[in-house]
Amino acid sequence: MRKILSMAVAAATGFALMGGLPEAKAAEKLKAAWVYIGPVGDFGWTYQHDQGRKAVEKELGDKVETTYVENVPEGPDAERVIEQLARAGNKIIFTTSFGYMEPTLKVAKRHPKVFFEHATGYKRDKNMATYNAKFHEGRYVLGQIAAKMSKTGTVGYIASFPIPEVISGINSLMLGAQSINPDMKIKIVWVNSWFDPAKEADAAKALIDQGADVISQHTDSPAAMQAAEAGGAKAFGQASDMISFGPKAQLTSIVDNWAPYYIKRVKQALDGTWTSTDTWAGMKDGEVVMAPYTNMPDDVKKLAEETQAAITAGTLNPFKGPIYNQKGEMVVKEGEALPDKDILSMNWYVKGIDDKVPGQ
Amino acid sequence: MPLKLERQENVSTLRLAAAPVVALLVTLVVGAIMFIALGQDPVRAFTIYFIEPLGDPWTLQELVVKACPLLLIGIGLAFCYRANRWNIGAEGQYVAGAVLGSWLALATHGTDAGPWVMPAMLVLGAVGGALWGLIPAFLRVRFGSSEILTSLMLVYVAQLGLDYLVRGPWRDPAGFNFPQSVTFDDVALMPLLFEEGRLHGGIIVALVAAAAATFVLGRTLVGFSIEIGGSAPRAAAFAGFDERRVTYGVFAVSGALAGLAGIIEVAGPIGQMQPTISPGYGFTAIIAAMLGRLHPVGILVASLVLALTYIGGEAAQISMRMPFDVTRVFQGTLLIAILAADVLVRYRIRRVEGTSHA
Repeated sequence: MRKILSMAVAAATGFALMGGLPEAKAAEKLKAAWVYIGPVGDFGWTYQHDQGRKAVEKELGDKVETTYVENVPEGPDAERVIEQLARAGNKIIFTTSFGYMEPTLKVAKRHPKVFFEHATGYKRDKNMATYNAKFHEGRYVLGQIAAKMSKTGTVGYIASFPIPEVISGINSLMLGAQSINPDMKIKIVWVNSWFDPAKEADAAKALIDQGADVISQHTDSPAAMQAAEAGGAKAFGQASDMISFGPKAQLTSIVDNWAPYYIKRVKQALDGTWTSTDTWAGMKDGEVVMAPYTNMPDDVKKLAEETQAAITAGTLNPFKGPIYNQKGEMVVKEGEALPDKDILSMNWYVKGIDDKVPGQ
Repeated sequence: MPLKLERQENVSTLRLAAAPVVALLVTLVVGAIMFIALGQDPVRAFTIYFIEPLGDPWTLQELVVKACPLLLIGIGLAFCYRANRWNIGAEGQYVAGAVLGSWLALATHGTDAGPWVMPAMLVLGAVGGALWGLIPAFLRVRFGSSEILTSLMLVYVAQLGLDYLVRGPWRDPAGFNFPQSVTFDDVALMPLLFEEGRLHGGIIVALVAAAAATFVLGRTLVGFSIEIGGSAPRAAAFAGFDERRVTYGVFAVSGALAGLAGIIEVAGPIGQMQPTISPGYGFTAIIAAMLGRLHPVGILVASLVLALTYIGGEAAQISMRMPFDVTRVFQGTLLIAILAADVLVRYRIRRVEGTSHA
């Protein structure tokens, strides 16, 4: 078998060598690359990043050449892919999942002239910036809508991993819901995946069976939306506008709009003004966008629009005091707001959530 | 019309040698049709897939880094499969080894522990994997339960255990509650073989394992008892070979090598504990073991070929914007063609006479 296989490799080598050599280098363009955790067709997280990439191409046209690698697992493979992209001559590389943090950092140290951009992480370097969006702002609006729309007083939540971003999303939604109905209940299912349509759909069905009639998700596929549509429940989309998957179910969706950030950063790389920064943008910056409010009465729609406007204007902060933890202790005083660093490292639930943070 | 595969006795060397060439031609033709249908230049695609990764010292190193865990796990699986013990849970044994080995790295973190840490981690990794592998062996010997099911189920147990550890007790206190451990100290990291690149000492461990396995399986009584226990269990029993000892033995070896692969990967390319430490190496290694005909040297070649298809697939995504799924379909076509050609050379398809329906 050894001989056979080595011959196979040799034969392949011969065949391709006869065919010709790689084509000549194209005209000088800025090469930008993206690394994705899921498939570009997930209609969620990765899909929206890829929409951002396409927006860069549209905006900058001939000046850039973009490329991407999808379905890159977090782990030993990520470093190789990022290194390969840097070696392929890309000048700015966006790595769009938390687990790419260490690999991105390692590759960044080896390629000081390449700009690296890591989404959702916290480690930076001279040529490695980080960026994320304040999705919890959108979740506060979802909480208010859920409290208005739910007949059972129970919202179902499909959660991915118990990391601060997900925990703060749950808390923000709950604080929004409590601002309307202090007795609002939440049921949480952890699917331990960002993208697993089968598990997400099962989780949605289980939540509906347990009496939740509004479903919110922090996972990337539209499977939960479809399950809600089939089960007669209402639901919130995630990352992209999922109305086509739940025309009767979708109330709204938190849309990740990475386009403004990507265009800005690639332009800076082009004109030499790029610096390593830490960006955490929200509704105000157009990075967190709400899909149209549908399937709800006008008064709920009006309330949602007002809350959205207040958050955008900066007059409403979802994590303003008083906020109590599950033990009933006051964590944020009246008139104060939770500092960003505490939101970014959140691992506790607010009062009224009848669940336990996994691993705590 | 019932068909039957019949083993052919005297297969000529020429046909054996021709099989992979035919398989490759089939793959190239299927691939070319697929690439043309997608509007891609097939010649350029093949070059990127098979040639470019071999032409650059960095990608060559990456090839070996990617093949290393497949080789180690695959060799272990060869012990099991030769003995007709179906260990499907190498992925779990890989995780268990990584966990036990990492425990030492984290326990000595920040202390002035000396260079004994790395070798001790390797030993713990092997022990962890072996212990995890012995569970399905015990269940089979004691209760007769299917090791296919138990070993597979234990994969999920190991993965969830790892998940608990990195989200709970092993979480980096300075890491904003994100699920990962501190990065290992230098004494707990696999030494690199060259300044440039990621080639690490683990590959030497893997090559030593391959050489040792070739010797044990081919030249010793232990190897013979494994082989005979697999192909003729009754004959083995009459010859005085203890079936239970074989079961424990092959699962221990297989688990130990998978555990070793796990700790090498964590202390090498990854450098810390995190929820995902394997892109399915334990399962891909089953393909490597089968492609390599359960022979250590064959598995070495098969691991390198598999690694090449992964790295070539990534290169095709990067340089040609080829979708991920297309690269995987191409990879699958190659593997199926190789296996099919192999079977068709060694066996003959015959119509079974008569019209009886079994």
